[in-house]
Amino acid sequence: MQLKEFKIKWGMVVDIDKCTGCGACMVSCQVENNIAPMTAEDPHNNLQSMTTKRDDPSNKLRTLTWLNVYELNNGEAFPNRDTAYLPRPCMQCGHPACVPVCPVVATEKNEEGGIVSQIYPRCIGCRYCMAACPYHARYFNWWDPLWPDGMDKTLSPDTSVRPRGVVEKCNFCHTRYLKAKDRAREEGIDPMELPEGYYVPACVEVCPTGAITFGDLNNPEHKVHELSKNPNSFRLLEKLGLAPQVYYMSKREWVRKQGDNHAAGDHNSAVKQASQGHE
Amino acid sequence: MDSKLFPEGTTRCSFGQYLLWLGAVGAVLLWGVYAAFLILYNGIGVTAMDNYFGFALWITFDLAVIALGAGAFFSGFLKYILKIKQLEKIINLTVIVGFICYSGAMLVLTMDIGQPGRAWFGYWHPNVHSMLTEVIFCITCYCTVLIIEFVPLILEQKQLNRNKFIHALAHNMHVHMALFAGLGTFLSTFHQGSLGGMYGVLIGRPYAYRDGFFIWPWTFFLFVLSAVASGPVFTVLVCTAMEKITGKKLVEFKVKALMGKIAGSMLCLYLFFKYLDTWAWATGVLPRMGFTFDQMFHGVIYGKWLFWSELLVCGLLPAIMLIVPAIRNRPWLLYTAAILDCTGIVINRYVFTVQTIALPVMPFDKWYTYAPNWAEIATSAMIVAYGVMVLMLSYRYLPVFPQERELNS
Repeated sequence: MQLKEFKIKWGMVVDIDKCTGCGACMVSCQVENNIAPMTAEDPHNNLQSMTTKRDDPSNKLRTLTWLNVYELNNGEAFPNRDTAYLPRPCMQCGHPACVPVCPVVATEKNEEGGIVSQIYPRCIGCRYCMAACPYHARYFNWWDPLWPDGMDKTLSPDTSVRPRGVVEKCNFCHTRYLKAKDRAREEGIDPMELPEGYYVPACVEVCPTGAITFGDLNNPEHKVHELSKNPNSFRLLEKLGLAPQVYYMSKREWVRKQGDNHAAGDHNSAVKQASQGHE
Repeated sequence: MDSKLFPEGTTRCSFGQYLLWLGAVGAVLLWGVYAAFLILYNGIGVTAMDNYFGFALWITFDLAVIALGAGAFFSGFLKYILKIKQLEKIINLTVIVGFICYSGAMLVLTMDIGQPGRAWFGYWHPNVHSMLTEVIFCITCYCTVLIIEFVPLILEQKQLNRNKFIHALAHNMHVHMALFAGLGTFLSTFHQGSLGGMYGVLIGRPYAYRDGFFIWPWTFFLFVLSAVASGPVFTVLVCTAMEKITGKKLVEFKVKALMGKIAGSMLCLYLFFKYLDTWAWATGVLPRMGFTFDQMFHGVIYGKWLFWSELLVCGLLPAIMLIVPAIRNRPWLLYTAAILDCTGIVINRYVFTVQTIALPVMPFDKWYTYAPNWAEIATSAMIVAYGVMVLMLSYRYLPVFPQERELNS
């Protein structure tokens, strides 16, 4: 398995010990990326009532949440019970499971900082990428997007609204990256060497506890470079060899064990390749 | 009323009775068309699929009918390339069954993809690394080959064939059919394999992921072998069902037993590799990915009973039944073995589609279950009804069975 490596590798380090599970990151992601809320009634479609209602937000298996917060626990009873929260954006894998399977090149791991892109006008909605992603980071647009009256005025002009029938996903707020590069050019800074804090996704900006650190994993001047090498850092399902660009940190061993798959040995060549590529 | 259209020297039920049957099947078809309309109008949100089960009943159905339709390409290969003459008595039916299965599969896929209007993107923006791209190319090309193989049979319809040009065209198409049989075999082998490859390359899904042989995961070859191990006996089952319904003998039992022998031999070959693959998966692939064999199963719905049913009850048992002449040559045992064989392949396609993605790969995630809703069931039934209709029309008006007159005289 070959890892795709680029000069810039945007990545996150999420400190699980700091995350309170407040969900602000999920909300900011929703707003930043024009993700339509689920509304059961569609006033524009009378035929809807002939089959089934659209889903309401209580159906978590149909809602669009590019960033999902999982609740973890140590499996023990009170008073030894311990809980942790794990925010899960798209992992922007170095060796993505979703990219090679797409029949129409609607998704690609590219030089935009190694962010896995999703080209909505090209997606045919076969959902093969969803079947491939073990993190469930890809979401399907089951319904035409619908905003409650007035809410459509709050849409961001920077992000396209996706039609029904395509797969969508987190892209580290790519539009913010484009803006950051433009700003850098205006200020005479090399857009290929953005200083820390120039490009920050919405979830990182809004996190009240500062649990998420974002930056270029390849740039030693960025905090994430160092944090990702911390002994308490790990990546989700490391043994699968997908080489995610999102790292997690926790001092609690049970959290690290749940995130990484410790049942496996160390003989996965892809993992070795991934760690070599990162060093 | 329409007796002048019947194949030479055959009798059929009355037109009224035929219409009654056609109406009953048509009702199921219309139910499915209604569901299909709602699905295309509202989007596939009306199905029971969700963000976990992006692949569901339709894809299982799709994979299953394509495997069962493999009788067409494999029998064509044996008849036209390897010149097994006896198969000419059932070859027309295998072509029709293949055509139904493949065209039906394409109809299902039209509904299954979220943007059916963009289906042609598979040709326009092909990703050469994706097994699905190969499936898109091969499946559409092979469906075209099946149409080409079906056309001469239509042209041989008694009244049509009186026209000299049509007669000559049908004859010439027959003469060159070996070329299309060869082309069909090539295309079909690759897309059957690629359907298997689609699952074998899912590096994040331990239930399906397999190591590779060059660029292909093992599942590529397993899917080809399992399809040719079930396709011939599925044709036998369709033929037998037609005999039971019409009350006539259509193909002599010897030919059916030969199809059973072919399928049985292929099933043995398939099982040899399937058992090796299962062992390598359980002892090599799974531990390397950080999983155990037991973690692959959950409760009753995703239980180990499916695994053992596929490998033993619907694998080893029919394989033995089909290769032992004393068992194979008894009709009811042949049909039982055929049913078990086909069931095993359907289970295989089901677990690769649904169980693979139901399995929680993240340790803190959980198993999810899926059950299709009426919209998915109605549209799948629509495809079955469409197939039955094509068979009804073909049987009544086309010379499908060359032995029919002789066997019923």
